[in-house]
Amino acid sequence: MAAPKFEVPKFQDNAVLDIPKIQEGAMSHMKSFVAGQAAQEYLGYPWELGEDWKERAIERMGEVLQKYRSVRVFLDACVHCGACTDKCHYYLGTADPKNMPVARQELMRKVYRRYFTFGGKYFPWLVGAEDLTQEVLEDWYNYYHECSECRRCSVFCPYGIDTAEITMAGREILNYVGMGQKYSNEILAKVQKIGNNLGLPGPALEDTLAGLEEDIEADIGVPVKLPLDVKGAEILLVTPSADFFSEPHVESLIGYAKVFHAAGVSWTLSSHASEAGNFGLFNGNYEMMRNVAMRIRDAALELGVKRIIVGECGHAWRVAYSYWNTLTGIGYGGDDPYAQMLQKQLDSRYPQPMHICEYTWDLIQQGVLKFDKSKNDHRVITFHDSCNVARASRMGNEPGGQFTIPRNIIRAVANNFYDMDADTIGESTYCCGGGGGLLTDDLMEVRVKGALPRMNAYNSVAQANGVNFLALICAICKAQFTKVFPYYGFDMSMVGGVHQLVSTAIELD
Amino acid sequence: MSALTVFYTGLFYFATLVFIGGVAYRIYEYSRTPAPLKIPTTPAPTTGSGVALRMAREVVLFESLFKSNKWIWIFGWMFHFGLLLVLLRHIRYFQEPVWFWVEFIQPFGMYASFMMVAGLAGLWARRFLVDRVRYISTPSDHLMLALLIGIGISGMMMTFVTHTDIVALKAFMRGLMYFDWQPLPGDAVLLAHLTMVALLMIIFPVSKLLHAPGIFFSPSRNQVDNPREHRHIAPWAAALEKDRA
Repeated sequence: MAAPKFEVPKFQDNAVLDIPKIQEGAMSHMKSFVAGQAAQEYLGYPWELGEDWKERAIERMGEVLQKYRSVRVFLDACVHCGACTDKCHYYLGTADPKNMPVARQELMRKVYRRYFTFGGKYFPWLVGAEDLTQEVLEDWYNYYHECSECRRCSVFCPYGIDTAEITMAGREILNYVGMGQKYSNEILAKVQKIGNNLGLPGPALEDTLAGLEEDIEADIGVPVKLPLDVKGAEILLVTPSADFFSEPHVESLIGYAKVFHAAGVSWTLSSHASEAGNFGLFNGNYEMMRNVAMRIRDAALELGVKRIIVGECGHAWRVAYSYWNTLTGIGYGGDDPYAQMLQKQLDSRYPQPMHICEYTWDLIQQGVLKFDKSKNDHRVITFHDSCNVARASRMGNEPGGQFTIPRNIIRAVANNFYDMDADTIGESTYCCGGGGGLLTDDLMEVRVKGALPRMNAYNSVAQANGVNFLALICAICKAQFTKVFPYYGFDMSMVGGVHQLVSTAIELD
Repeated sequence: MSALTVFYTGLFYFATLVFIGGVAYRIYEYSRTPAPLKIPTTPAPTTGSGVALRMAREVVLFESLFKSNKWIWIFGWMFHFGLLLVLLRHIRYFQEPVWFWVEFIQPFGMYASFMMVAGLAGLWARRFLVDRVRYISTPSDHLMLALLIGIGISGMMMTFVTHTDIVALKAFMRGLMYFDWQPLPGDAVLLAHLTMVALLMIIFPVSKLLHAPGIFFSPSRNQVDNPREHRHIAPWAAALEKDRA
């Protein structure tokens, strides 16, 4: 790790951070790389501001207001009460007041007021309305890419105002006038061209999986398979492509394979749908999110599977759980021809789609899986609730199953588990700092500072209980923490997946 | 009829029209705008009755605000429930005979005004004392609080210090309702009170006071968490389906 060009924040004694005094402009220098022509063109956006960018931006804002009740209501309802001001991990880590959720919303609200409301048209100075200028647009670009769309603010807002919706609308308008973000948009191009965010083509994927099979057999002497494109398999596993060859993600992939092996079920991955992640969510473009999700519907129909299971990935699970039914008809209750075909094909005894943790926990409850918990005894584990799983989805039949099921799995496969401070987990969980399209090196300062609230709570259990392992169910969290842990003096091997723990303890014959 | 009576008669008809028409239009606009995706902030209720209960807790107890910040919660709750009692007490000026329960809450409503103004003062103090709240406060935020405190204090003046001719005022109000216009008493405190109330009604549909109807349309609070069981699709999104199929 090279020496950082910024000051890494210091830990505090309490697990929950003190609220910093505002420091105006503390992060205004932070601007992620803007997308170039190739990616923007592929996605159908301009790649530079045209003469008429302002008119286009206002026009797009008008369309968004027509299409999304969330944006319309949220822009009207805020009373500036201040309840959200100390809830964003980026504010707590940077003290930049524009990282307070209300101020981030205000960047758009002041423009909305100016062009779409009575007060803003006639009394702009009174209601804080402002013209859309290039300066404002730059602010949008910077601060809508210092929001990970984690929804923590929406938990605490008395009207449920979700800044993620505003950030998404902001990015959509930015894209529409030619200011896309390089990182997210190149990924969106790759996933639509090749099938996954890493741009890993089918043959490379096949090689990788074959190599993994050899490694597993050499390691435990059991021929655990990682099948690809098997028609007629019972289960289609859709997982973030990072699981195929990033560390520690791949350890969880091995864990899923061992669970399927132990269950004796036929399953397959798909080279066409080799990505669970869907960055269309981050950019707030419904059609693009739908296009990316369609690959999964197509693969499920093509392979004739009975069940669709999703691997460890936070925003992917949000899209799968909350949106796949809407976008593609994977789920129940749809009546268009594709939804009907899927309902006929998929096994109606199970929820569709299902999270890998729901699947594994069901098997554990049925007594199908055997574990030697002592194999995890070198680990003292805590669990980080990933934002999109915690606040934008569910597991199991009861509200809050997304909190209990992964913890139940950990307790079933390991002896040493401690939760972090109650104000930093569950629905109040802090984002890892790298979600929502911010997982890029050009935003490293934002990522490190934004991770402070989580790292501080982790440090508390590390000091108090000797915790040495942060269990995760999100590909972005895994990548973010492996990068950020060393900044805070922890080793990156302390980061891993829940199914990595399953993999360590499971007994196969 | 005096010019004063004519002016206030006109003002109250105008304010009532703007208030009712404006809020109705906003509600129409919110209800007409689709929510294309399921975005309840989870954990969320999995049934419609669960959502009704969640919404009731938000509206009556300010549940999310309670989780968020105890100071804003206590001041906000004092203000809103003080205001509610005060408003209910005011029903007596519009009816003859007066309902039993309106008679019953009369003393509570009178003293609730102290709670209301204290809550407003607390909220206003935060706009000066807390650096984060100071940063986000606009001139209209301050003026809104000034207006509400002005209404509260002028009302309390008439309740506790210098009574107006309440019988004549009631006749004026009922005259408005039955289009049988009656003279309005001319004392300054009453006129100030009525002017500020009319102003509040007029700005309601074009201001942040829209949080009142808005919360009922907030998708993060009013949606049922059942996306796997029921397909949720907006009309404009369903049209995409036809293009493709």
